[in-house]
Amino acid sequence: MTTASDTAVTPTEPRPVRPKTRLGPMARRESRLAFGMLAPTFAIVLTIVLFPLLANFWISVKPVELADLRPPTPAASERVNGEAAAVGDEIQVEYRLRNRSRKTVIHDVILDDTLPAGLAPVALDQRCSLTGRELTCHLGSWEPGFSERLQLSLIVSQAFLANPVSPRDSDLRITGSAENVLTSLTFTGENFRRIFDATEFWSVLWVTFAYTIFGTAGALVLGLFAAQLLNTSFKGRGLLRGLFLFPYVAPVIAVAFTWVVLLDPFSGTLNAILKQMGVVESPINFFGQRAISFEFLGLGLDFPLALSTVIAFEAWRYFPLSFLFILARMQSIPADMYEAAEIDGATPLQQFWHISLPQVMGILSILFLLRFIWTFNKFDDIFLLTGGAAGTRTLTVDVYEKGFALSNLGAGAAVAVVVFFVLVTFSMLYFRFTPKEEGL
Amino acid sequence: MRVIRIGYIAGLASGALWGVIGMIVVGVTLTLAAGIPATPSLTAGAIAGLIGAAILMYRPPAERSAGMLIASAAAILIVVVAATFAQPFGLPLSLAPSWQAVALLFLVATVWAANRLCLLDVFSGRLSRYEFEVLLVRVLKGIGFIVFTIAVVLPFYVMVMTSLKSQQFLLANPLDFSVDVSQGLGNLFSAYGKLFTEFRFGRYLFISALVSVSTVLLTLLFSIPGAYAVARLRFPGRATLSRSILLIYMVPAIVLVIPLYSVFSQLGLRDSLVGLLIVYPATTIPVSLYMLQGYFRGLPQELEEAGLMDGCTRLGVIMRITLPLSLPAVASVALYVFMIAWNEFLFAFMFIDSPDIFTLSRGVVSLNSSEVPRQFLMAGAVVATVPVLVIFLWFERFLVQGLTAGSVKG
Repeated sequence: MTTASDTAVTPTEPRPVRPKTRLGPMARRESRLAFGMLAPTFAIVLTIVLFPLLANFWISVKPVELADLRPPTPAASERVNGEAAAVGDEIQVEYRLRNRSRKTVIHDVILDDTLPAGLAPVALDQRCSLTGRELTCHLGSWEPGFSERLQLSLIVSQAFLANPVSPRDSDLRITGSAENVLTSLTFTGENFRRIFDATEFWSVLWVTFAYTIFGTAGALVLGLFAAQLLNTSFKGRGLLRGLFLFPYVAPVIAVAFTWVVLLDPFSGTLNAILKQMGVVESPINFFGQRAISFEFLGLGLDFPLALSTVIAFEAWRYFPLSFLFILARMQSIPADMYEAAEIDGATPLQQFWHISLPQVMGILSILFLLRFIWTFNKFDDIFLLTGGAAGTRTLTVDVYEKGFALSNLGAGAAVAVVVFFVLVTFSMLYFRFTPKEEGL
Repeated sequence: MRVIRIGYIAGLASGALWGVIGMIVVGVTLTLAAGIPATPSLTAGAIAGLIGAAILMYRPPAERSAGMLIASAAAILIVVVAATFAQPFGLPLSLAPSWQAVALLFLVATVWAANRLCLLDVFSGRLSRYEFEVLLVRVLKGIGFIVFTIAVVLPFYVMVMTSLKSQQFLLANPLDFSVDVSQGLGNLFSAYGKLFTEFRFGRYLFISALVSVSTVLLTLLFSIPGAYAVARLRFPGRATLSRSILLIYMVPAIVLVIPLYSVFSQLGLRDSLVGLLIVYPATTIPVSLYMLQGYFRGLPQELEEAGLMDGCTRLGVIMRITLPLSLPAVASVALYVFMIAWNEFLFAFMFIDSPDIFTLSRGVVSLNSSEVPRQFLMAGAVVATVPVLVIFLWFERFLVQGLTAGSVKG
């Protein structure tokens, strides 16, 4: 950038100010060092996070099935006919060749075999050549389902009879290259078309948002309440704080299976308690029943039972996180604010409403956004609790369901693309709403 | 609604409510602890709590003497017994009399103590809004403590208890939470014995520990220099970078699973621990880097400059000055990464097929079949939970500081 003062300086004098765009040698060294220190991180994040992200788009427009991950290979077996009893006898070696794949062509098939000493070929197939005892056959391209019997006649000589070895004892090697569906240039729009055509997709989307919104809100409200409880000092407070963090610290498989056992309709304790107390007549299948119908003001309503139960699990498991952050924020509110309010005659609820809540609002909104995204991304919890049955299938479970349970990787990747785009929208919100300087 | 603002009425309502809550909690606890099907009478609880409160609040706060307190407790006891015709828990007294006696005493003590905590200094006359809300907050907090504690403790207790019982026993009486110690320790922990012999959980434990510790080391190895660079060195794009690090953390694992599965299958990395050890650090490095750089930034820069002046290299500065100063942060990041790796389920489940290299998460999932009795599943859950809980409780202070000071987590 040149300014008026720059141009006024005579060319012989050194320029007083370096242009901003170029770095000095010290700065350059420093930034080179910085990039060097960050390089390993960049490398691993690029390969394991960013590359798969792009690869996912690629897979989503390809007709890939789980079985396609193992590329087809040519198959060959060897048989020997005839008897080698005397010099001049003729034996036949037969290679049975097959392409077992039903849809893929195998190119450049090459067969290698070593013949025993003392056997001379009568007439060699024109695709084959023999150097010493090494037989090499270039068999070209095999169509799907191709099969052939390649015959080779051999004359027995004395050298063979002196040391008879079956031709089958040598290693038969056959190689070929098949087109890999993952790297080929066949594309399809079928994956996306099938997703958006299915009526199920919109219900999955709706379940995902219900789960995300209520799960997040539940975790935050419980966290706020728990933080309020522990924001006074009393004996055993440290103990309770540690205890309240348990659901979050324990492995998800452990707590998810415990909930399944606890809420089991036949041997579950909760149902047994409810029955014993006379609350319900027959056990409730919390994770297996899609909806409970009931009448309210003359309206028949369906309460989505299984979905509500997984939302309750979500709120239970993640309230400790918001509890921790909200408590930390509450403890940094200066006590004199409350003292002043007290003198002014503010009631406890007023103090909460007008002092505590505004003070924790910042952390609350950031937590909401983060938890919203993380809940949206969550797969393990629902997968372990219900497997996506009974109206609890979210987008993430759908990715697994399509990609692995139905073995259609392409369709799974297409759902993952939808997940990704919803997420990009959230991330933009995150960028807009986090404070410019040091978010948390 | 104005009536409730009169101290005496509010006190009675609070007393009745505590009576009901006490009855439910003690009744259910009795059922679970003794394995006898109690049906607590909620009405009797409400009346007893109400009368206890009435006696407690009969005189103004200054004149509520010890005698009144004792009278209140006695009244609760008498009313509970009388209103239920001497069957406070709907059971004949001959059935487990000692359990019932303990439960009854416990019930009276709970209701009495709750009344005392809530009502001792509450006036009987008309309450100001302030006084009324103080009472309301007390009751709400009390309920909150009970509900939260039960909600957290119950599942963990069920986990341990189920692991100590046989399937038939569980099906026969799901209400029996008692642990029968008389059968001998060997029998009691038989599920664990089988878990470590037949189901090879010793091996899984070792593999989980190996994977988690390696993940921690790899993560620190990558993220410490990276965090230092972001915190201290100037380079173009630094601001953008430090803000986008966390974005990586928002990429859902499920989106990565299909491509990684495909590529790792072709490279032969899928069913191997190496595969896991590539994926785990990649997902933990960004958040670790973010947490550490926040901490590094808070350290006084002058110390490092002094080190550089005295002839230390950058590496020397990091090793001799920055790291020792940020040991608490490094420890909390390490713990946090350990927790993530130990608890990780999705990639272990998708990638690992051979039982030889199961992690604990993967091992527990393999127990979730109709052929394996429930107690093994729960014993597996306990084995997976105990190490991480012990480590967490040990270092809780560290972790809590690190989590809330440096940053975030999901």
